[in-house]
Amino acid sequence: MRGVFLFSAIFSILALATITVFLFISGVPFIAKTGFAKFIFGSDWAPLADTPSYGIFPMIVASLYVTALSVVIGIGIGLLTALALYKFCPKRLVAPIRQMINLLAGIPSVIFGLFGMTVIVPFVRDYLSPTGVGYGIFSASIVLGIMILPTIVSVSLDSLNSVPNTYYEGALALGATKEQATFKIMLPAAKSGILAGVVLAIGRAIGETMAVIMVIGGSPEMPESLFQSVRTLTANIAMGALELNGDALSALIATGVVLFVFTLILNVSFGILKRDNADKKEKKGKRGTAK
Amino acid sequence: MRKAYSAMKYVCIAALVISMIALVAVVAYVLINGVDKLSLNLVFGEYTDNAPTVFPALVGTLQLVCIAAIIAVPIGVASAIFLVEYTNNKGKFVKIVQVATETLAGIPSIVYGLFGYLIFVVAFGWGYSMLGGGITLAIMILPTIVRSTQESLLSVQGGLREGAYALGTSKVRTIFKIVLPSAAGGIVTAIILAIGRVVSESAVLLLTINMVVNKVPETLMSPGTSLALDIYYFASHGYPDEAAATAVVLLIFVMILNLLAGFIGNLIRKSTYGDAK
Repeated sequence: MRGVFLFSAIFSILALATITVFLFISGVPFIAKTGFAKFIFGSDWAPLADTPSYGIFPMIVASLYVTALSVVIGIGIGLLTALALYKFCPKRLVAPIRQMINLLAGIPSVIFGLFGMTVIVPFVRDYLSPTGVGYGIFSASIVLGIMILPTIVSVSLDSLNSVPNTYYEGALALGATKEQATFKIMLPAAKSGILAGVVLAIGRAIGETMAVIMVIGGSPEMPESLFQSVRTLTANIAMGALELNGDALSALIATGVVLFVFTLILNVSFGILKRDNADKKEKKGKRGTAK
Repeated sequence: MRKAYSAMKYVCIAALVISMIALVAVVAYVLINGVDKLSLNLVFGEYTDNAPTVFPALVGTLQLVCIAAIIAVPIGVASAIFLVEYTNNKGKFVKIVQVATETLAGIPSIVYGLFGYLIFVVAFGWGYSMLGGGITLAIMILPTIVRSTQESLLSVQGGLREGAYALGTSKVRTIFKIVLPSAAGGIVTAIILAIGRVVSESAVLLLTINMVVNKVPETLMSPGTSLALDIYYFASHGYPDEAAATAVVLLIFVMILNLLAGFIGNLIRKSTYGDAK
């Protein structure tokens, strides 16, 4: 029986290894053939042209824009929301609101996409866009910003709650107001946990496909405005997959490799942040017990 | 200075209101906009070009959930059992598995889709198939199941295990008769939440089951569709009403699963521990 359990435990490692190997074997030769610099920094994506060119720089730029903007929106509102739930909101509302946020975290991304497509895109087109185009980085960032809110709120609130309450009481005893204690003492103390949440949110934003392709437009052009039809890395894979095959498909897999490397980097930094966090807690524990 | 910080209190509360409104607006809009377009024919009717239905997607979603659960649940639970019961959740091997599951959890779903395409559609020569899509989804939800099962197993009191050993029970028997039933509440919650993820997922399926919206898959080796894919298809192919109605169906599914997860978990916990908790 032990063998069965052991094999199951190894399965995750095997799965990860297979995914990595398959992606790299199918993607890296293509990148090598096209030329690394030409593939990453080339700005022309025309896989169906007579002399096809595969440059994914516009998609990388669009991905970075969308991720950065949505995380700024998500963090800005999400962190303040967490703080409100932490100290500034009637205690009996906290549990139901949290439950509701957890429930909303389960909304499928395609539903966010549909909402973006039918509400946000027309609104942006009619009222905000200087170019008269509703699709683009701006709309995608708003949709993704809302989508990652529940993650950010939960993680930030958890890390705020894990700060010992004595810090807060100490600050009050020294004459700080409730607000000063919260912003100057508790928030910095919860910093690394919140940062881990930010990394998690970045990962979700950069990897999101469905919600993005429904609001981003999809032209493989260099983003020059926030209100312009562009493509992210994920959108490039999804949109291309429906219409291409053969050599162009290798180009999509190569795009996947780039995305995979991005997420690996995020994963490693998330791991480091979490370890830092655990180390700190250990130290805190030791200081606490050595009376 | 003090005043500036007091003002922050109201900024925070404003942010709370904004985020609640934004999230609730998404749900409310989808429900209100779609509910009147919902009809029995749309859900269970035969698919025609004039009156597209989601019946093929309903069947497809059910198939995907079954395939993914049948594969991911035993492997996930067994792997958590190994990590907690056989290695005490410590040591190098546990670390490596932990890193592997965390990395798996961080991979974007579209990359899983590419992988599923490469291995099942191309390498195995299955073409687009429900089975390939289901297996890819199984790998995707595996980390969640391992993680939550591990936590549930860790929360089982050590005394229960020692008591069983003291009575001469074997390790395997202890695991199946004592530890797993005590942890069942948490494990079942985790499984239902994982099923929720399978139902919500769409990007993976785009590349593995190929969004064939008008036919119920004949076998598990046929291409097909799912509810989430149908929404994307309808929305991007000029069927806005159908998209809105399908979104209601999907949303109700997911919400029921999420509510059920907590409810059933609590029920099982109660029946194992009596009314202690």
